Amino acid sequence: MPGAIDVSSVLRSGAEVGPVSMRPKIVTRDVNVFYGEKRALNDVSIDIPERAVTAFIGPSGCGKSTFLRCINRMNDTIPTARITGRIEIDGENIYAKDVDVVPLRARIGMVFQKPNPFAKSAYENVAYGPRIHGLARTRAELDEIVESSLRKAGLWDEVKDRLQQPGTSLSGGQQQRLCIARAVAVSPEVILMDEPCSALDPIATARIEELIDELRQNYTIVIVTHSMQQAARVSQRTAFFHLGNLVEQGPTEEIFTTPSDPRTQNYITGRIG
Amino acid sequence: MTDVAHQHGPRRIVSEVQVLRRRRRERIFVIFGLASTLIGLLVLLALLGNLVIDGVARLDWNFLTNFPSRRAAQAGILSAWVGSLLVILVTACIGAPLGVGAGIYLEEYSARNWLTNIIEVNVANLAAVPSIVYGLLALGLFVYGFGTGRSIFTAGLTLALLILPIVIVATREAIRSVPQTIREAALAIGATKGQVTKDHVLPAALPGVLTGVIIGLSRALGETAPLITIGALTFIAFLPAPPITSEFPFVSFEWLFDGFTVLPIQAFNWISRPGRDFHANAAAAGLVLLIMTLALNSIAIVLRYRLRKRLQW
Ligand SMILES: Nc1ncnc2c1ncn2[C@@H]1O[C@H](COP(=O)(O)OP(=O)(O)OP(=O)(O)O)[C@@H](O)[C@H]1O
Ligand SMILES: [Mg+2]
Repeated sequence: MPGAIDVSSVLRSGAEVGPVSMRPKIVTRDVNVFYGEKRALNDVSIDIPERAVTAFIGPSGCGKSTFLRCINRMNDTIPTARITGRIEIDGENIYAKDVDVVPLRARIGMVFQKPNPFAKSAYENVAYGPRIHGLARTRAELDEIVESSLRKAGLWDEVKDRLQQPGTSLSGGQQQRLCIARAVAVSPEVILMDEPCSALDPIATARIEELIDELRQNYTIVIVTHSMQQAARVSQRTAFFHLGNLVEQGPTEEIFTTPSDPRTQNYITGRIG
Repeated sequence: MTDVAHQHGPRRIVSEVQVLRRRRRERIFVIFGLASTLIGLLVLLALLGNLVIDGVARLDWNFLTNFPSRRAAQAGILSAWVGSLLVILVTACIGAPLGVGAGIYLEEYSARNWLTNIIEVNVANLAAVPSIVYGLLALGLFVYGFGTGRSIFTAGLTLALLILPIVIVATREAIRSVPQTIREAALAIGATKGQVTKDHVLPAALPGVLTGVIIGLSRALGETAPLITIGALTFIAFLPAPPITSEFPFVSFEWLFDGFTVLPIQAFNWISRPGRDFHANAAAAGLVLLIMTLALNSIAIVLRYRLRKRLQW
């Protein structure tokens, strides 16, 4: 197949990955998003299993970020955005009237495309979340949360001697891991990642991918990526979006080897996108 | 191959001529820009030089510590500079929180609707209102309406209104320049809107906000017309009540309601008198005013530099 992207070398078989729990953490039904009059998502329904990595793939502008940002209600900050349908986390409708977005967002962490550390020290970057949520009663407890979060993000050894330096003075890859530590520090249940490696070099990317694989033991992870290899390497389930539609979803291995929809087939072999 | 070369050859020559012409135009523009900058600078220097020549001889300790007098050689600006300082203090205490608060509200909280649009247009218009109009408003509203008297408080209030649009516009611009990604980062870990504003947006916008406040204050420092309108004195031989007293509670706000004069009024008063001596006094007062303004602006520059260094994305 000319121009095909070969992901078979990085795909891992079911046995290698281990059993994937199918208890759905996030359930969405008929989610539509409108930006003003423009419809960006059409009736997206998907079950996202807990303690697994789900990858969203699809051509640019197909609505991956839009959908991701529905899950932590980040689209609430866009005045023109309107959403219909249901999104449930652990069976609870997060768009119900009485839901407070503040604790909700603490439960659902997010890592952005471009590393966006606060203009504060590395320590403060991680400590900020626990502090505003009152997760630590003493300085020692806070120190502990900061250290364990940085360890989980695989950054501790690199920054332990310069915790007081600005987070913005770290390298791009370190900044992104700092952002992951910041998200992890408030003990979320879900971590949403929107192209977390697109601003990073291959080595930093590999570090983050390793990290995602470790984090999956304890967190439900959803990752948007443009790299087919990355989706194949880190995810257990994959969902393919096209022009606002969720075209196909299933175990990553299946999506990449035996896609049922021709659009998926075309995309993963590099013919559209 | 040769065909392609033929097609491209002549076109490239044309573009080189164009580039040359563009370069020349650019150079002319640079010279023009430089000339206008220099002219502005020279005029400023000439003014300053004039002021220094006329006034520097009068600038001594006595000039700063004497009250005005009928005799030019003994007259000083004590009541004027103390008045200026106090009025500016009141202006800052009222104008800064109001302006910054309004800026934050308009930028971060207000819904985009017709009311906000009207407010926005009005803020922009307020910046263009002549200062004498503020004086007339203050005379009617504060002096006669609220009975705040021809006092330092009224003056501070009036100038606070005057600088409000400057502070609001500067605050909004500073807030707008804070990247959206920072807000999203904080929101995404469950910060409330208030926390995002207080902990991230405001610290990042602070250099710009402070610059706006200080630019506003230097403008207020030089204002004369509205203060004459509300009835600032031109000859005043006493200081306002001291802010610190020997009796409990040790602080007093009586000074707020004392009469006052300010440096530009004092200078104007002297320049309008006949006689070279008083004109020298006016120049010296002008110099002091200029030094105060420059000092304010240097504070702004230092603050901005310091804060910018701490904040980088
Ligand atoms: N704030 C917004 N206002 C209006 N339209 C928007 C907004 N954000 C996204 N859109 C539109 O919604 C559609 C989906 O955008 P989205 O950012 O979700 O795509 P994406 O799949 O994440 O693309 P990419 O891979 O390039 O990041 C696009 O057509 C886009 O133009
Ligand atoms: Mg996107």
